[in-house]
Amino acid sequence: MKIAHDNAERHVLTVTVDNEPGILAKITGLFTARGYNIDSLTVADISADHAISRITIVTGGPPQVIDQIEAQLDRLVPVHGVVDLTTAGPHVERELALIKVTGTGEARVEALRVADIFRASVVDTTTESFVFELTGAPDKINSFVALMRELGLVEVGRSGIVGMLRGAEGS
Amino acid sequence: MQTAPEPSKTEKEEHVSDHPHPDHLKTDQQSGAAILTQCLVDQGVEFVFGYPGGAVLPIYDELFGDERLRHILVRHEAGAAHAAEGYARATGKPGVVLVTSGPGATNAVTGIADAYMDSIPMVVITGQVPTGLIGTDAFQEADTVGITRHCTKHNYLVKDPAELQSVLEEAFRIATTGRPGPVVVDIPKDVQIAVPSRRVAAKLTASHRYAPQMAAPAEQVIEAVEMIAAAERPVFYTGGGVINSGPEATRLLRQLQDITGAPVTSTLMGLGAFPSEHPDWLGMLGMHGTYEANLAMNKADVMVCIGARFDDRVTGRLDAFSPDSKKIHIDIDRSSINKVVPVELGIVGDCSTVLGQMIESWGARKPQDLGEWKARIAGWRARECLAYPEKSAKDPSAIMPQKAVERLRALTHKRDPIITTEVGQHQMWAAQYFGFEQPNKWLTSGGLGTMGYGMPAAIGAQLGCPDALVIDIAGEASIQMNIQELGTASQYRLPVKIFILNNEYMGMVRQWQELTYESRYSNSYSDSLPDFVKLAEAYGWTGIRITEESELDAGIEAMLAADGPVIVDCMVAKDANCLPMIPSGAAHTEMLLYGDAHEGTMDDEAKALV
Repeated sequence: MKIAHDNAERHVLTVTVDNEPGILAKITGLFTARGYNIDSLTVADISADHAISRITIVTGGPPQVIDQIEAQLDRLVPVHGVVDLTTAGPHVERELALIKVTGTGEARVEALRVADIFRASVVDTTTESFVFELTGAPDKINSFVALMRELGLVEVGRSGIVGMLRGAEGS
Repeated sequence: MQTAPEPSKTEKEEHVSDHPHPDHLKTDQQSGAAILTQCLVDQGVEFVFGYPGGAVLPIYDELFGDERLRHILVRHEAGAAHAAEGYARATGKPGVVLVTSGPGATNAVTGIADAYMDSIPMVVITGQVPTGLIGTDAFQEADTVGITRHCTKHNYLVKDPAELQSVLEEAFRIATTGRPGPVVVDIPKDVQIAVPSRRVAAKLTASHRYAPQMAAPAEQVIEAVEMIAAAERPVFYTGGGVINSGPEATRLLRQLQDITGAPVTSTLMGLGAFPSEHPDWLGMLGMHGTYEANLAMNKADVMVCIGARFDDRVTGRLDAFSPDSKKIHIDIDRSSINKVVPVELGIVGDCSTVLGQMIESWGARKPQDLGEWKARIAGWRARECLAYPEKSAKDPSAIMPQKAVERLRALTHKRDPIITTEVGQHQMWAAQYFGFEQPNKWLTSGGLGTMGYGMPAAIGAQLGCPDALVIDIAGEASIQMNIQELGTASQYRLPVKIFILNNEYMGMVRQWQELTYESRYSNSYSDSLPDFVKLAEAYGWTGIRITEESELDAGIEAMLAADGPVIVDCMVAKDANCLPMIPSGAAHTEMLLYGDAHEGTMDDEAKALV
């Protein structure tokens, strides 16, 4: 008896929802209950009256599963709309990371030099540590974290991806 | 209550006498519980199926002496939920349930999940511990909103009494429109007592929050009509969505069939939308569907799925499901389209609206000559797949259960009965042999397959349709799952009939053990059965036992002649199996029929399928 696994492709979905109690549990629970993956999820309210939230979900699955995820999300009452950025067209994806690195001497200098190359900014420092703030596409953050691993990496915090379509049109 | 004292009765009475117009009830002098009952009245609710408890006492006090709402006291909260489902399916109106916090709510969950799977409109009011105690593991506290999150269409915890009215209005709208379903409204006890000084308007005025698409785009309708018109071997595959869409959908389905000539099959949930006596009726399809229905699905060139969802019980092995057909799927729920079976044309819309659009678009066209297709179907029909063995192999004198259902139909058909069922072999035999001419006459637990559904559903249906003959076709195992509801029928003098096909086995489990596990009958024998006749009498019902085929008609007539509720304990062959059957993991073309050998085992791939 073999259990089948499908080939997954990565998609970034943005979901606009009513900012009401339990909505996040409803969405994450839907993913769990129907066996979908969540690679990253971010959420914050985006309207002046705090009534609307935007959730960005990075997920993976074959095209028909992605289509199902979109349809299942769309049928939740508090969900206003779902946009699959990956199929909707050119879009930007950004993530923010905080990276703590400790070290002295040459490693410390090298860490600062690499941070400069990546345009990371120093948001906290002691004589033996830095906290870098880095914004960018996930790949860039991955590369930076990999380099810092050799230079005294202590801790990484990542926000998960926020995405938006390019161009003048709203999604 | 410290924060929000209840207005005294005298205060309220004075208030009522001051303002004789109904609108006075909309003022801010009402407690949460009074707002709730008023909302139920405004929504046209006739019956509330419920069970009192600590966290709903303020609501029960409001119901006391209120003649606008009739509370039906069940014996277990599961019974309340199923009774509400039965009422909803028989009348097309939403069922309303009222239960207390904690165990009251958790007991109702099976019925809520059942209504969710079968798209039954239902509003469930659950009591909750006071807001200040939420999260403290208080007495009879359960996270009702958390527990019901994934088996409701939507749910609410109302923490502010000012929102109660708008939440309830939205709850009814969500439950009854679009794809219907259960909505839970969890109301803490202090919110029931508090008197709000203001009211919050309904959120639903924001159109993007909830707006089901009813009509299909015109170009999709035209495309569908072109596909059907060009079809040489069309088939209509209809489901519960046609019934949920209302009697108009049934009428339009019959009209569309009439002008296109396409043969019709239906899911378990869709029985009754198309008349079983029509020459183009193929019977139910799927695992226990007819040979002709399944082969027509397999050989069709255009399949029109109307309000059904390609359930695994319908499709059999997916890669062999209707391989040569172009598929059109009409469903009000977009997530049903392309969920398991990819279709050429998915149409999101309400069955009734879209069928109307299709009929209009069809206009005066003539369909293709379907003579050859109908002749092939007639060939499959000639196989007489429902012709069961006349005698049981092990006990030749025993009543065949199929025969019992056939006689029950013959003797009740002219009274157009409402049939409910439990779950198992008896349910499939009822679906195969009863035959329905009208919608809302067949109430069964399809998606969730809940044993214990039938009797409470019959109680709900009888309340909604007081003049109807309501019969629960049951098995001796299933009926025991909600047997306590005998008392509910007695209390409200409901003349429901329970017809038990008693084979002393969980028959479907036994059948699968024969097919899959070399007849090792692990725990499927119904040992220590009660004497159902005495049990009936203990509850003030009439009890009738039928053991010989010669007594069958007389027993059924006696059941029909009795004014009050009746249990018929009909002893049937213990070894009868329900065929035809598509075994797990098999295709529509690989049906087991009566006369085929089917005992043995299966490989693990097949065993793993449900």
